[in-house]
Amino acid sequence: MPRDLRIWLGGGFILFLILVAMFAPLLAPFDPLEQDLMAATAAPGVEPGHWLGTDSLGRDVLSRLIYGTRIALTVAFVAAALACLLGTTLGLLAGYYRGWVDAMVSRLVDIWMAFPPVLLSILLVAVLGAGLTSVIIAIVVIDWTRFARVVRAETQQQARLEYAEAASALGMGHGAILWREVLPNVLPVVLVLLSLEMGIAVIVEAILSFVGLSVSTDTPTWGGMIAEGRQIIYQAWWVLVFPLGALFLTVLAFNQLGDGLRQWLDPMLKR
Amino acid sequence: MSPVIDIRNLSARSAVGPILRDVSLSVNAGEVMALVGESGAGKSTIAKAVLGILPAGIEVTGGNIFFEGTDLLALSPARLRDMLGVRIALIPQDPLTSLNPARRIGDQLTDGLRLRAGMNRKRAFDRAMSLLNDVHIREPERVLKRYPHELSGGMRQRVLIAQAFSLNPHVIIADEPTTALDVTVQKQVLRLIRDMQREHKTTLLFVTHDLGVVAQICDRMTVLYGGKVLEQGFTAQILKNPQSPYTRALLAASPRYDQPEQSLEPVPEALIAELQREISA
Amino acid sequence: MPLSIILSRALSALLTLFGVMVVVFVLVRVVPGDPISMMIAPGATDADIAALRAHYGLDLPIWQQFWVWFKQVLQGNLGTSISMKQGVITIIAQRLPATLELAIFALIMAVIWGGFIALVSTAWRGTWVERAIDNFNGIMLAVPDFIWALTFVLVLGVLVPVLPISGRSDPSIDAGLATQFYILEGLARAKFAFVWDVLKHMLLPACALAFPLAAVIGRVLKNTMMDVMVQDYITLARIKGLSSIRILLQEALRNAAVPALALTGVQFTFLIGGTVITERIFSYPGIGNLAIDAVINRDLPLIQGLVLTFGIIFIIVNMAVDALTVWLNPRLRHA
Ligand SMILES: Nc1ncnc2c1ncn2[C@@H]1O[C@H](COP(=O)(O)OP(=O)(O)OP(=O)(O)O)[C@@H](O)[C@H]1O
Ligand SMILES: [Mg+2]
Repeated sequence: MPRDLRIWLGGGFILFLILVAMFAPLLAPFDPLEQDLMAATAAPGVEPGHWLGTDSLGRDVLSRLIYGTRIALTVAFVAAALACLLGTTLGLLAGYYRGWVDAMVSRLVDIWMAFPPVLLSILLVAVLGAGLTSVIIAIVVIDWTRFARVVRAETQQQARLEYAEAASALGMGHGAILWREVLPNVLPVVLVLLSLEMGIAVIVEAILSFVGLSVSTDTPTWGGMIAEGRQIIYQAWWVLVFPLGALFLTVLAFNQLGDGLRQWLDPMLKR
Repeated sequence: MSPVIDIRNLSARSAVGPILRDVSLSVNAGEVMALVGESGAGKSTIAKAVLGILPAGIEVTGGNIFFEGTDLLALSPARLRDMLGVRIALIPQDPLTSLNPARRIGDQLTDGLRLRAGMNRKRAFDRAMSLLNDVHIREPERVLKRYPHELSGGMRQRVLIAQAFSLNPHVIIADEPTTALDVTVQKQVLRLIRDMQREHKTTLLFVTHDLGVVAQICDRMTVLYGGKVLEQGFTAQILKNPQSPYTRALLAASPRYDQPEQSLEPVPEALIAELQREISA
Repeated sequence: MPLSIILSRALSALLTLFGVMVVVFVLVRVVPGDPISMMIAPGATDADIAALRAHYGLDLPIWQQFWVWFKQVLQGNLGTSISMKQGVITIIAQRLPATLELAIFALIMAVIWGGFIALVSTAWRGTWVERAIDNFNGIMLAVPDFIWALTFVLVLGVLVPVLPISGRSDPSIDAGLATQFYILEGLARAKFAFVWDVLKHMLLPACALAFPLAAVIGRVLKNTMMDVMVQDYITLARIKGLSSIRILLQEALRNAAVPALALTGVQFTFLIGGTVITERIFSYPGIGNLAIDAVINRDLPLIQGLVLTFGIIFIIVNMAVDALTVWLNPRLRHA
């Protein structure tokens, strides 16, 4: 696929999700929490108004799907941004200062890599107590390494280049060199990683909801819907299909956006 | 005597412009034909056209390449492949990159013997040993078990020469087979190629820009400039009495094979400009 | 490889393992909620509770607890599971074979599938085939095992029910095996019907795990093959008259495989991490599924043991990849 198409499709879908999340109350045909046991597990289109069917408590799938974007996007943006901030900072420091800072960060990354990330996130959320904040903290604590690894390598390369040496010859301090010379050159890579990380964060949230550790089961989340759908899969496949499809498209969108950005920034990176 | 290779009015071009212009040349059975010219003259392009391995950027726009009467350009890839290795072989320019780093010498050397000549492994390896003997490699048994990176450049080129001769092809194309080698081994490898050629009575198309080499081993020569044949004939005659001004200048620019100490004249700028004009006309 | 490098790698691996132990230990100790409270029978006295605490060593200061635990681990003692009332080692030994067989099966599938993708798109480079494979590969790569697993459950398990989606074998078949290595032992004892049943149960979870890895292998292998295909020795092989397939397999694949291998190793550790959620989705009785249960039950000794197991597997895989890379690369082997 051409790069511009990737960026437009990916970015467009994410924009669409943002709008859906913002205007959820206007868009949703039902209250996502409203139960209607008489209309439980109705197939799509069977009960009037329930276009995508209802779940085992008779709640409207479409409405829950629409409200679910809120949690998904909150986690995507907040968790990815924080992970990016932490990881990039550590990566910059490790790549620039080398020595013991580098040794520490690299060792930490090594240790982190030895944990299955899903297990670690489940463990962390169990420790912190279920809830949105815990989910975000867990994602940040686990995924900062993605940024740190790449940024460290990139910084090492950049710091070796002439402009960094020139800047240091001009009497610029380390902080200024890092901030003004190295960071802008590392930024394109970080941007690509950030986009990919948002997709990952959405998945992790869904996994934690699936295991029953994310936000309270009342709040509509895609992962929660998927977990319920998995249980009643033989009676009501639609409870699983739609959130799964939404998750699929969202992850794909963040990925296409990231890939498109990578191709777009590549000539700049190669400069 | 009918020529083994007969190239007629071969033209080729790339996106940038013409690369070969109406090249005609024929090589007779058992002779050594030199293809001489400066860098970019199109020597390798001719060799690649014969072997059917022109890069994607170069396209043949006209002409024929007859090999023992068949037009190679008209052959299907499968038919051409049947000829390659068995009847036409190549001694490549760079022995360092022309051997697969992941395979043992013996396996690579016996590819042709086993797959094309149908020998079993044992027989192919026996044959490979005697081939390595022929190219003056000591302890061939051990060399067969080696990986390319364990051999010197000269050794590797000897292996590649052995490989080229392994199926007794009618024609061997050697594209600057010594330029990548140390000066000290260049002479030995050159002599080896000539000896092998004489022994097997192979027809040899020898690409070079070293007139000294041409004088030593080539029966006839073709002088190429900008994709055009300037002069063709017996080596001795051309070297003694060059017709084209370019050949004359080229001779003045190369160390005389008989008087290597003589001072050298660069090819005059004016002559180059003249040739350029002539060719693009 | 020089001995010093081997030693320093081994040391580094041990250090990482130690780090893993520290992190797990600290993490697990801050779990709010008292694991003991789960185990007490109604009407237990404070003295009973204190006794239980002492039994599990929960009454000591935290660094002493670590030291006690660390010494025990070195002696091969991982303690007793609180929720299952069995030795942690016993439980893990029971469940680990299921996960190993699943992960290795998935790895084999990924390598075959990824290799196939790379070969086909190299052979048809520059055509629509290559572009189609690239796009499909992009999707396989972007979508994680979690989504693939659920999709397979839905499509191939429920909508078009062709494969089982839960468990490891049909409970009605009693193969009477001695070990938990169903496939290995089943094959050794020629119980092919049973092995076939186990394979059918493994197929969907293994596919879910294999897809992203296959995509990575396919992409990297294709890129390195493309680089190799323009090398002089490939051209010479063509001039020797070797067939395209032979050139692709014998000349190109071997040289491209080594760089792809290192990456496959790293990705395989991700695949093993993916067994956690995939086993959950397919109710597959491996250590991943067990780990989630352990966390939900706040079973500290079991959690520690499982995380440690994953860490050890991770380190072993990495060392194996290092060794394999050296072994496959003649240049390194002789250096
Ligand atoms: N892949 C390619 N695509 C387009 N043009 C090419 C390609 N390879 C070579 N050329 C052009 O073809 C012309 C002839 O090149 P060729 O390699 O035949 O020269 P040569 O006589 O062998 O020179 P040398 O002595 O340097 O080997 C050159 O002008 C070169 O720029
Ligand atoms: Mg050339």
